[in-house]
Amino acid sequence: MPDPFLDPLPWLILLPLAWGALAFVAGPGRGGGLALVGLTGQLGLALVLAVQVVESGARSHAVGGWGAPLGIDLLADGLAVAMLLLTQVVALPQAVYARAYFAQGAGQFWPLAGFLLAALNALFLSADLFNIYVTLELVSLAAVGLVALGGKPGQVAAALRYLLVSLTTSGAYLMGVALIYGVYGTVSLATLAPLVTHQPPLAVWLAVGLMGLGLLAKTALFPFHFWLPPAHGGAAAPVSALLSALVVKASFYLLLRLALGPFVSLAAEAALLLGMLGAVAILWGSWQALRTVHIKMLVAWSTVAQLGYLFLAFPLLAADGLALQAGVMQALAHGLAKAAMFAAAGVLMLATGRDTLAGLAGAAGRVPLTLFAFALAGITLMGLPPSGGFLAKWLLIDAALHQGQVGWVVVVIGGGLLAAGYVFRVLRQAFLHGPPEAPIQPVHPVSRSMEWATFLLAAASVLLGLRGVELVALLERGMP
Amino acid sequence: MTPGLIFALAGVGLFVLGLGGVILLAQSLRRILAFNLMGSGVFLVLVGLAQRDGNPDPVPQAMVLTGIVVAVAATALALALARQFGDREDA
Amino acid sequence: MSLNELLPLGVLASSLVPGLIIFTLPESRIRVRTVLNLLGALTKMILVGVLLAGVSAGEDYGFRHTVLPGLDLVFKADALALLFVTLSSVLWLFTTLYAIGYLEGAPHRSRFFGFFSLCVTATMGIAMAGNLFTFFVFYELLTLATFPLVVHRGTPQAMKGGTVYLAYTLGGGALLLTGIVWLHGLTGSVDFAYGGYLAGLDPAYEGQLKIAFLLLIAGVGVKAAIVPLHGWLPQAMVAPAPVSALLHAVAVVKAGAFGVVRIVYEVYGVEFAQGLDLLLPLAVAAAVTILWGSVRALFQDDLKKRLAFSTVSQVSYIVLGVALFGPLGTVGGLVHLVHQGIMKITLFFCAGNFAETLGIHKVSEMDGAGRRMPLTTLAFSIGALGMMGAPLTAGAVSKAWLMDGAGASGMDWAIGVLWTSSLLNAAYFLPILWRAWFRASPTSWPDEHIPARGRRETAWLLLLPPLVTAAAVLVAGMFAGAEWSPLSWALLIADREYLLWRS
Repeated sequence: MPDPFLDPLPWLILLPLAWGALAFVAGPGRGGGLALVGLTGQLGLALVLAVQVVESGARSHAVGGWGAPLGIDLLADGLAVAMLLLTQVVALPQAVYARAYFAQGAGQFWPLAGFLLAALNALFLSADLFNIYVTLELVSLAAVGLVALGGKPGQVAAALRYLLVSLTTSGAYLMGVALIYGVYGTVSLATLAPLVTHQPPLAVWLAVGLMGLGLLAKTALFPFHFWLPPAHGGAAAPVSALLSALVVKASFYLLLRLALGPFVSLAAEAALLLGMLGAVAILWGSWQALRTVHIKMLVAWSTVAQLGYLFLAFPLLAADGLALQAGVMQALAHGLAKAAMFAAAGVLMLATGRDTLAGLAGAAGRVPLTLFAFALAGITLMGLPPSGGFLAKWLLIDAALHQGQVGWVVVVIGGGLLAAGYVFRVLRQAFLHGPPEAPIQPVHPVSRSMEWATFLLAAASVLLGLRGVELVALLERGMP
Repeated sequence: MTPGLIFALAGVGLFVLGLGGVILLAQSLRRILAFNLMGSGVFLVLVGLAQRDGNPDPVPQAMVLTGIVVAVAATALALALARQFGDREDA
Repeated sequence: MSLNELLPLGVLASSLVPGLIIFTLPESRIRVRTVLNLLGALTKMILVGVLLAGVSAGEDYGFRHTVLPGLDLVFKADALALLFVTLSSVLWLFTTLYAIGYLEGAPHRSRFFGFFSLCVTATMGIAMAGNLFTFFVFYELLTLATFPLVVHRGTPQAMKGGTVYLAYTLGGGALLLTGIVWLHGLTGSVDFAYGGYLAGLDPAYEGQLKIAFLLLIAGVGVKAAIVPLHGWLPQAMVAPAPVSALLHAVAVVKAGAFGVVRIVYEVYGVEFAQGLDLLLPLAVAAAVTILWGSVRALFQDDLKKRLAFSTVSQVSYIVLGVALFGPLGTVGGLVHLVHQGIMKITLFFCAGNFAETLGIHKVSEMDGAGRRMPLTTLAFSIGALGMMGAPLTAGAVSKAWLMDGAGASGMDWAIGVLWTSSLLNAAYFLPILWRAWFRASPTSWPDEHIPARGRRETAWLLLLPPLVTAAAVLVAGMFAGAEWSPLSWALLIADREYLLWRS
């Protein structure tokens, strides 16, 4: 056992907590530089961890040397490391972006962002149901604070709605945990796995139902998506990016983890329903994105649609590893692309002084790099090659064909065409020459660092499509 | 019927009441209170089901304590937001 | 990495890298941009020259990168790939020169040349794709990179044309993807191979293979503008003339036609496709397209629209050649891939010159244009005569091989189609030539931008490219037997597809 002080696992949680707290002490609007240093460190830690896991398999860490059941165990397997990497890779360019975006005053953005990242990293490393509950709540609290950051009435209302949804769903989840503990006397995922049988007592069915519903609502799967567009569409651009790219993925990750881990035999019963809800989400989210007049709402509705793809993986999970790879690839590709797209939307709104699609006319000439980034992110969302989104869809189609479930293929390909519809709504408008409409907000000069951070994220989402082999190698490590 | 089971059933009842409140009520303050009811229900279930062979089990006790801390923090945030929201409604 | 792996990548990079740098250049850095463009084009020509020499000496060039277990990005520069690569890289050089002259003083040139380079990169990728997946990657990239060029003018009409273009091509891409994953499900990831790789499959799959063929051909048929999937091509005429040249001669429709070639020859295999009764329907579709395009061209007064329908018709000559079962038709189709390119690009350069210099957009405005712009009109005439298949032009060579091919495969009706099309071509091109050369000039031109100065009828950069390509039309026709001609290269490819047919 190596020196516990050198283990990257706890540091991934402590580091963001530290710079978040320091930023709070430093006062409103300060701490951006600190965050950059901390995030660079986190990215390094996540990479080290990834190498360790690929080389020597999953690894765990007993916090403080206590060990379960009273202490907390952290666990890093391939799936967790993939999500950790996504989190740090998205967060670092977002921090660069946010420093420029919040030039007028960041409020409490930096402390909240630090807490959010600490909570997310802790969530991905959790190895028991109760610790998952605590980290879920921490993620929600930080996220709600971020949504309310601007203090505009719409933002506060969206934040309050978001908070109540989060609290209710966490409550449902915790009830499930209580029932599971009552039946099995443990909440450790590893200990539970052999205990849960095909014919469990009623209380376990109830518990799985409550936990599942709670997590589904947090992931905003249709028909629980109602809270997402106002919360994500209304927040400040860097906040929307973090929420859409990372926060909704956290609950998806948990669903995947539970469905593959202790509750594998029970999850199969609901898999078909989840897949169908995912298909409906793709259609409904895309349809709304095709109709809305606001740029950021378009991007937010696109999140609803893209989350649907994640759930197409569930009916195909049982047979082989393809569907899991597809789900994780889609989570990563969408995370990067959506962070880029919200960042791009933020730049476009600053540069044109308008928040509607109609106001975008001629933007191609003013912020070409950002528009290019938007288009690259769009390629991922449309699932066109060689992007990460394409690989995700290819894997899904491959899995569906292997299992003779051809219907999903139609959904995947049709969803890509719908995505093309809403992505090109934006691009067409931006290429249109013509007198720009009068800005309704002051037009800001856009700093180059914002444009480049956006571009970097978008480029990463596309280049991910050339590195599928590494992801597969990572996922095959330490999976149940 | 053991006392533990009675606690647990009462907890489920409180949870359902609270859940109904959060979904059906309109006013923010009532919904926040309803959420606290839900939380209390869950804690009762945890404590109630955890009495194995009459000996208290320390693990769920620790969980309930943690849960209470989380619930208090969440309630504080919800109240602050509701007030801010309410102030603007009034203005 | 060996040199044989690096060369195909170099061909891609020689347009990708300059393109990406150009994107970041400010509008005013005209000289840097021009130097980068030309440097890229010349580098590419040199690399292609090395590849040509190597392939004719029997070298293999290829590169492979695994993106997922069982899914490879494969490039191979074989004889067939190089036919398309050479055509595109030579025409890219001339189109770039022409575009520099054409867009002088116009806005957004960095963006234009950036996407222009991306288009050519995508075309190179399509040409050198070593399996269906790689083909699809670049096929979609081509769609995305051409969209900003089609809507470059930014007017509402341009947007309408661009939207139609996208709807067709992305829809086609979805069909193509469906077909590709279907085959992937049956065979796994397999590279293109001479003679195809599906023949060994269980006969129980024949029905599925037929449906997959339909999906694949429909997917590439959109870009090849096979009727009824041709609707985007006339709409895309709103684009600037260099873009039209790119769409019609260098990249887009050629990518579609090239896809048909690869699918029939190297996925299904021509014998296996014939065995599945797939070639006759394809030939019929091509014949219908040839006639329909020609008939529609007759009734267009807009010069570029007439040329667009002419493209619809001419590209299907290639498809017809592929669908004629036998080596003679193959040679005819492949050589027409090159010949149609140089003829059509000449015509579009000239149409652009008439529009830019005199403001002529319609056939009915062409009266007397030959006296005002003799060199342009001469080049236009050579291109038009080539399209009709007049002797001594490149068009005559391809038509002769196609007709022989139709005769050899017993499809005599195809000969009738080709003759009818030639007559129709004459019917829509000769009136233009007659107006331009023999009618009196009007007192004033619709919108004269560039005044004549002595011998110089228009800007040099606009005049030189069509003259060179027109000369190429004649050279390819008169020296078709030479060792370096497109015809000889097409024969080399046919030798490899049909083993020993000439012995």
